[in-house]
Amino acid sequence: MPTMNSLPAHMRPERSFQELILTLQRYWADYGCVILQPYDMEVGAGTFHPATTLRALGPKRWNAAYVQPSRRPKDGRYGENPNRLQHYYQFQVILKPSPPDIQELYLKSLAAIGVDSALHDIRFVEDDWESPTLGAWGLGWECWCDGMEVSQFTYFQQVAGVECAPVAGELTYGLERLAMYVQGVDRVYDLNFNGREGAEKVSYGDVFLQAEQEYSRHNFEIADTAMLFEQFRMAEEACKKYLAAGWREGGNQREHLMALPAYDQCIKASHVFNLLDARGVISVTERQSYILRVRELAKACGEAWIHTEAGRAA
Amino acid sequence: MPDLLLELFSEEIPARMQAKAADDLRRMVTDKLVAEGLVYEGARAFATPRRLALTVHGIPARQPDLKEERRGPRVGGPEPAIQGFLKATGLASIDDAKIQSDKKGDFYIALIEKPGRPALDVLAEILPVIVRTFPWPKSMRWGARSARPGALTWVRPLHAITATFGPETEEPDVVNFSVDGIEAGQTTFGHRFMAPAAISVRHFHDYEAKLQAAKVVLDPQARKDMILADAKTLAQAQNFELVEDQGLLDEVAGLVEWPVALMGAFDKDFLSIPDEVIRATIRNNQKCFVVSDPNTGKLTNKFILTANIEATDGGKAIVAGNERVIRARLSDAKFFYETDLRTKLEDRLPKFDQIVFHEKLGTQGARIKRIERLAAEIAPLVGADVEKTKRAAHLAKADLLTEVVGEFPELQGLMGKYYALAQGEDASVAAASEEHYKPQGPADRVPTDPVSVAVALADKIDTLVGFWAIDEKPTGSKDPYALRRAALGVIRLILENNIRTSLIKTITTFVSTLLESDAVKAAESPIAIAPSLLVFFADRLKVQLRDQGARHDLVDAVFSLGGQDDLLLVVRRVEALGKFLDTDDGKNLLAGTKRAGNILAIEEKRDKRTFDGAPDPSLYRQDEEKALAQAIDQVKREASSAVAAEDFAGAMSVMATLRPAVDAFFDKVKVNDDDPQVRENRLKLLNEIRAATRAVADFSKIQD
Repeated sequence: MPTMNSLPAHMRPERSFQELILTLQRYWADYGCVILQPYDMEVGAGTFHPATTLRALGPKRWNAAYVQPSRRPKDGRYGENPNRLQHYYQFQVILKPSPPDIQELYLKSLAAIGVDSALHDIRFVEDDWESPTLGAWGLGWECWCDGMEVSQFTYFQQVAGVECAPVAGELTYGLERLAMYVQGVDRVYDLNFNGREGAEKVSYGDVFLQAEQEYSRHNFEIADTAMLFEQFRMAEEACKKYLAAGWREGGNQREHLMALPAYDQCIKASHVFNLLDARGVISVTERQSYILRVRELAKACGEAWIHTEAGRAA
Repeated sequence: MPDLLLELFSEEIPARMQAKAADDLRRMVTDKLVAEGLVYEGARAFATPRRLALTVHGIPARQPDLKEERRGPRVGGPEPAIQGFLKATGLASIDDAKIQSDKKGDFYIALIEKPGRPALDVLAEILPVIVRTFPWPKSMRWGARSARPGALTWVRPLHAITATFGPETEEPDVVNFSVDGIEAGQTTFGHRFMAPAAISVRHFHDYEAKLQAAKVVLDPQARKDMILADAKTLAQAQNFELVEDQGLLDEVAGLVEWPVALMGAFDKDFLSIPDEVIRATIRNNQKCFVVSDPNTGKLTNKFILTANIEATDGGKAIVAGNERVIRARLSDAKFFYETDLRTKLEDRLPKFDQIVFHEKLGTQGARIKRIERLAAEIAPLVGADVEKTKRAAHLAKADLLTEVVGEFPELQGLMGKYYALAQGEDASVAAASEEHYKPQGPADRVPTDPVSVAVALADKIDTLVGFWAIDEKPTGSKDPYALRRAALGVIRLILENNIRTSLIKTITTFVSTLLESDAVKAAESPIAIAPSLLVFFADRLKVQLRDQGARHDLVDAVFSLGGQDDLLLVVRRVEALGKFLDTDDGKNLLAGTKRAGNILAIEEKRDKRTFDGAPDPSLYRQDEEKALAQAIDQVKREASSAVAAEDFAGAMSVMATLRPAVDAFFDKVKVNDDDPQVRENRLKLLNEIRAATRAVADFSKIQD
């Protein structure tokens, strides 16, 4: 791996958003992770990627890292807030079983992107993680750098209603925040995206500001709620149908042959619910029941997954 | 005597759990030692973010030998009994037993000698059990071993255990044990960033000193002292004052092993935000202290952070980073505050109609309207202006939907006050937004402004009546809606503001208002709510008075009279009763009344009837009977009029005049006369004593 100082300026992780991502990818590739590409569906967080949700289950080793565009329709601010976005990037690392030196690995990854622990105050501050929609929980921390939360660090205890055995460690880097920190920028849209200066410079705003404006309008005002309610119902139904169709009684053990397609429908239902929620058409009491419905799907998918080739013991 | 050093080295332990964990570790180890006969001289436990440590000094090197005599069966007793005795005592043959004689005969006695074991072995046995059963509020599994059943759980991954045992002057032994693959040893580690290397330790003193050298301050109190002293110095150097905050100090000391206080600043423009909002922003989100200017008593644009390292640039980058985050946070807060100011409080109210307060009690909107009506009804009782009270109740909850309160729920009420003042509301109306939540607990201040008092009472009684109506009463330790606190709040509001009111009447008004709403799904019959709530108030009042040192049986004696629903009068009566019972007259009258009650109870049981009704004067045979009857008449009359005038002390003095007649009666008169008519008449007279004293209290409920 080339050292930071040997890189041209525009290729340095503290100069460009894309180099920050590439540096993290190289770092975790060097560790032995599978470097995946983003999942090709709309998700609320990197955790939803089947490479985390499903692969965290079962006894097999699994080390992977990937960028995941994450959509939180409610967090849109029409491009007017300096750090709230309805679409942003997470960098996700999943290590199963969690290695004993996982904290050191994380700290070294910060060093790789230019955060020097002799100069900066890095802390692990209690933060218990729970995803009601995924039927998942874990213990860990928010990682602070000079008072700013830059990552989430979680030891998964349960995912999709299934106990994690062994436990996986999950690292989620908030890429925009980290980049703002290392670039010394106060407004996310001012981030330098490509590391060039002058006419060649492309900022985060150049890439995403218009999208933030358009999607905020869509998420809060225009999204077709009748269609979304219907999509939720259809995704839920499809998920259940695929799950039911996937079970096989093979030899002396039950087997599932369609956990992944079924889980896609669970992801879909979850995102559609988030859109409906942003549109403000779900009341407080209904909200809980929608969350429960998604969780039921997630749990059924988890149960199916541990009966697949990748999810069960050899 | 040898000392134990124990350290459990892990990944970062949540700050809020550290103090209790250190205490639990000390308690568990020392309890076990004592249970094993190892009485120690002293023990201290410590916690940092990455370790729990314990030193127990003066532990005997060995357990004492145990000698025990056990008595067995009779000599020549049945064979199975003798076999059982041999088995239980481990004797090889009955010939090894001694024979002891007493007046019941000859018995076998076994002398059992149990040699004490080395303390080192005992420790090796108890320490792993303590690690395995440690009571963390939440614990987790980790790593490859977590796939196996019975894997160790800890608050966060446990990496190393140090356990040494030995006299301070010698090389100690390592306590030999392992827990789920972690071998106890004598190796620990220094500060995560400044001195991460392994350290070999022997005894506690050497351990503490080596940690100090490796940039770890072991003692949480020492870390707190350092932070506090440094923070004060930093503030004073600029002629400012640190705003002390014990809760924050405790938390921050649990986030660092090597505290370094640093001062940062933010733009003065942010000082237009209320101080409380600035403080909540900086404290809750960033865990930093705020600083005030002693000349104005207001916050200045400085804050103090506690870093965990001595940075190579003296902390410049750390301060700059924290300043950036705080600037962003304060920008948000300022934006929230200014956004809030643009909307009038009353314009937020329609939204409350969409928010469910409780699924069986309808919306927040409906609740606000109820509180408005009820506060207006209470207003005259507490001397509050009705219009102002209505306005105050109308606006009191509106800040719940503001941005600032959404971000910092602990500022509810206070923000309402600021926003009300900003939109030109009357000062009493504005104050009620904050004050109507009070008192929050036994130590909290009780509002005195009548408008606040009226809204506070309406808010709390509505809550109580509502949850009573849907049968969500507190049970045992469960009180999810804090109804005990609400009831205590009502009691303190009434007593400390000298409010006269019939609670039954007030509650009944609340009940009918509540039941007018279609949304309310009452489980209790409306008629049952008020009496049942009154019993709850009586219980809370008892607790309250007992906490103040008063006798709770006197509260029972007053409530037992029935119809006592004016709390202020109840308390006055209890006070007068207490004073009376401290006098000789009071004590003797109580004794006389109780004696009358006891005799009546026995005779009523024997005759299976009561002795109600007026005695017949023509059946009086002795002067003492006539005198008592006369005294009772007079006391009844005078005591009732004193009670009617709410002169309880007066009523008690009247009661006192009854005493000589009661004493003389019991002295000279035999109740169970041979003439059944005379007997009945005398029992009726005894009943009259009881009846007369009931003018002030039910004496039968008073404990001796």
